[in-house]
Amino acid sequence: MKFNEVGNRLYTGETSVDFVGRRKLWYVISLIIIAVASFGLFGRGLNLGIEFEGGAKFNVPSTVSVEEARNIVKAAGVQTSVIIAVGNERLEIQIPPLEQAEIESFTSKIATDFKVDPGLITTQSVGPSWGADITRQALIGLGVFILLVILFLTIYFELRMAAAAIVALLHDLLITIGVYAITGFEVTPATVIGILTILGYSLYDTVVVFDKVKENTRGIIAQSRLNYRESANLALNQTLIRSINTSIVALLPVAAILIVGVGILQAGTLKDLALALFVGIAAGTYSSIFIATPFLVQLKERQPDIQALSRRVHARRANAGIDGLEAMKVSGNQSLATQVSQAGPRTQPKRFTRSKRKKS
Amino acid sequence: MSAANRTRPGRSLILLLLVLAATILWTYWPGASHEARLGLDLRGGTQVILTPELAPGTEGVLTQDQINQTVEIIRQRVNGFGVAEAEVTVQGSGANAAIVVTVPGVNPEGITNLLKQTARLDFRAVLAAGSGIEIANPSPSPSATPAPQPTELPVQAATSEELYDQYLSLNCLTPGLLQGGRADDPTKYMLTCSKDGFEKLVLSPAFITGDQVSDSQATLPQQGAGGWMVTLDFDSAGATKLSEASISLSKLPSPQNRFGIVLDGLVVSAPFFSEPILGGKAQIEGSFKAEEAKQLAQVLRYGALPVTLNIAESTSISPTLGQDQLSAGLLAGAIGLGLVVIYLLLYYRALGFVAVFSLVLAAGFLWLLIIGLGRTIGFTLTLAGIAGAIVAIGITADSFVVYFERIRDEIRDGKTLRVATELGWTRARRTLLAADFVSLLAAIVLYALSVGSVRGFAFTLGLTTLIDVLVAFWFTHPLVTYFGKSKWAENGGIMTGVSRKRLTAGSTILTGSDN
Repeated sequence: MKFNEVGNRLYTGETSVDFVGRRKLWYVISLIIIAVASFGLFGRGLNLGIEFEGGAKFNVPSTVSVEEARNIVKAAGVQTSVIIAVGNERLEIQIPPLEQAEIESFTSKIATDFKVDPGLITTQSVGPSWGADITRQALIGLGVFILLVILFLTIYFELRMAAAAIVALLHDLLITIGVYAITGFEVTPATVIGILTILGYSLYDTVVVFDKVKENTRGIIAQSRLNYRESANLALNQTLIRSINTSIVALLPVAAILIVGVGILQAGTLKDLALALFVGIAAGTYSSIFIATPFLVQLKERQPDIQALSRRVHARRANAGIDGLEAMKVSGNQSLATQVSQAGPRTQPKRFTRSKRKKS
Repeated sequence: MSAANRTRPGRSLILLLLVLAATILWTYWPGASHEARLGLDLRGGTQVILTPELAPGTEGVLTQDQINQTVEIIRQRVNGFGVAEAEVTVQGSGANAAIVVTVPGVNPEGITNLLKQTARLDFRAVLAAGSGIEIANPSPSPSATPAPQPTELPVQAATSEELYDQYLSLNCLTPGLLQGGRADDPTKYMLTCSKDGFEKLVLSPAFITGDQVSDSQATLPQQGAGGWMVTLDFDSAGATKLSEASISLSKLPSPQNRFGIVLDGLVVSAPFFSEPILGGKAQIEGSFKAEEAKQLAQVLRYGALPVTLNIAESTSISPTLGQDQLSAGLLAGAIGLGLVVIYLLLYYRALGFVAVFSLVLAAGFLWLLIIGLGRTIGFTLTLAGIAGAIVAIGITADSFVVYFERIRDEIRDGKTLRVATELGWTRARRTLLAADFVSLLAAIVLYALSVGSVRGFAFTLGLTTLIDVLVAFWFTHPLVTYFGKSKWAENGGIMTGVSRKRLTAGSTILTGSDN
C-alpha cells in the first residue's frame, strides 16, 4: 500500500492503530526510558560546561598534539586542564576559574608557546556564581512558562487536557536531559536554549493533536455510537500523517544544523543546540501520540458522563452485534454532533480523460 | 458557502503587499545602515558581563536608579576608551541585573580593570580652574620645559604644587582622557577635567564622601524663578563637614569658593558656596533644565550606595572564528531550508509551491526585520538567533502541513476543492493560532526571564512566530483560495497535490473511488 493510501485509510478509520488501548505498553516503554534517564541523571549527573560551573575556556588555532598542549598549559602555571582537539586546526582548553588579570597573562603566555597571535585566541571566562544565576533564571522561566501554559490550555481546551499536555512535556524534558546525562555530552547555554525550544515544540505538537481530539469529541455525550476512547483514538490516527510530516519538516532543519555543526565547526553553539533539539523533537512527537492522548483518555474516563457514555455505547453495540472498529468506520470523520442529520452533499468522483487516468 | 463568500483573497494579498512595501521602505530607509547587526560570536570582539553589587559595608538594596547610573558611568568609561562601536546594555533588573559591555577587538589591554573599578563620588574644594581646551603658554613655571601632557585622568598627588605644571599643559579634549575608571584616592589632591571636557580643575582631598549624602532630588521651586534645582540632604557627619567647608570656602574669591562634585574621577558639577550651610540641607541652583537636574540628583544619590562590579563572564572571540560561525550558520540555514523545500514539493506538489513561496516570503520578512530592528532597537543577530530562525523553518512549514492536511481531509470527505480550501482553512486557522500562541508564550517568557544568548534566541523565535501568522493569513490562505478556484486544480491532476483519486485510493468507504 502506498503512503497516501495509508493516510486515506487512517482518515476514514479503516486502518486504525489502537494507540489508546495499548497505553500500558507505551507507559512501560516510557517508564523504562525515564528510569534509565533518571539513573543517568542522579547517578552520573550532567556534564556541565564552564558557563555553569565557572572556569575559563580558550580556543587556540594550533596543530600541536593534545599532549604537547597539556605541557604548554602546565608550563603556564595551570595544573588541571581539559584539552580537546577540535578538528585538525583548533584546540579547546578548559581550566578552572582564574582572576581576570591572570586570564590575560595566561593567554599571552600560551600564545607565545603555541606560536600564535594572541588576537586569534578565543577566550571565555565565567565566574562561579554567575552560572548558578543563569541556572536559577532558567528554572524560574520554566516554572512561569508551565503555569502560563496550564492557564492557556485550560481556557482553550480544558483542565484535563492541560494536565495531559504538561505530563507529555515533562516526559520529553526528562528524556532529553537524561540523554545528556547518559552520553556525557557537555551542557552549555546553547543546550539550555535547545531544551527550552523543546518546551515550545512539544506543546505545539500536542496542541495540534488535541485540537483534533476536541473537534472529534464535540457533542460526544449527545450520541451513543462512539465512546471517548474511540473518538480520541480516531483523532490520533487522523492526525498521524500530519504528525509524521511535521516531525520530518522539523527534523530536516535540525539535521542541517547538526551536520554543519558537527561537520564544519565540530563544536559550539550549533552542535549543542541541534543535539538537544534532535532528541527533544523525537521525544515530543512520540509523547504527543503515545503519552499525551492515552493519558488524557485515562483522565477523561474518570468523569461520570464519559463513563455513562461508554456504558451506553457498549449496550447499543451488544444489541446491534457490531464491534468498535465497525462503528468507527461507519462514523468516519463526520463530526459526531452532525452525525444524526448526516453530512453535507457528497460529490461523485469525476471521470478523468483516458490520458489522465493512465498517469495515476 | 458563506465562509467562501466572506473570503476576499485579493484584499489580503494587497494588504500583505502594502505591509511588505512598508517594511522594505522602513528597513532600507535612505541614509541608514542596511546591514544586519551581528553579535559578538559572528563578528568577533570582546564581551564582558558585569553583575553589579552594593559595595561592601553599605546596606540597602540595589535600585534600578543605581543600575542606570552605573551603566552611565561605564558608558562614559568605554566611550572614553576610544572604541567606536562599544555598547553597554543592561539586562534583567534588581538583584538579577547584568550589565553587558561589548567592545571590538580581542581582549583589549586593560579593559577589564577599567570596567571593574568601583566608581567613587566625592566633594572636593576647587583650588584652581581654567578652560579645558586652553593651554597656557609660555609656561610660567620655573622649569625650562613644560610638563608633559597627562595621559590619563585623574592625576593625583600628595600636594597640590605637584599638579600645577600638568594643570597648565592639560588639554581635556585629548582623546582617552575623559573615560574615568582610574584609581581615585579621596585623601590626595587631584587634577582632572569636567565630564564634558570644558573645564580643568585642581581639587583638594575630599571633604565629603558620597556615602555621607543621604538623599538628593531634582525639584522645581514654587516661585518658578531660576528653573530647576537639586536639593541635597547629608547625614550628621556630612552635615558637620559641610558647615565647616562652607564657612571657610564661601569667604574665598572665585574659583576657590567652588567645590567639585567628582564622580568616577571626573567633575560632574562645580557649584560655588554663596553662604555658609549649617543644617545639613543644601540646594544647588543654576539654570538647570529638568533633565540636567534629574541627572545630577541621580549622580548624587548614587554616591550614597556605590556599586561594585563583578566580572561574571568575559568572552573574546577572534574575527576569523566569528566569520566561520557566521558562514556555518548561514550554510546550515540554506541546507535546512533546501531540505524542507524539497520535501514539501515532493509531498504536496503544486500545493507545495505555495508553501515554498510562503517560506521564502517569511524568510524575507525575517531578514528585513533583523536589519530594521538592528537599527532601531539595537537587535543583534547571534549564532543562537540564527539557530532559532532555522528551527522556526520547521514550525512555519508545519502551519502549511496542518492547513494542507485539513484540505485533503475535506476532499476525502467528498467536498469540492473550492469548498475544501475554505473549510480546511477555518479548521486549520484555530489550530494554528492556538499552537502559535504557545510558541509566542515560550518566546516571551524566555525573553523576559533570561540573560545573554537565550534572549537573542527567544527574540528570533517570537519574531518568526508572528511572521508565520502574518504569512499564513495574508499570503498562504489567499493563494490557496485562488488555487482552489482554478480549473486545473479542481480537475485534480496528480501534480496538484489534491488529486481526489489519490486521496481516496485504498479506501472503500467515503466517496467511493473506482478501484
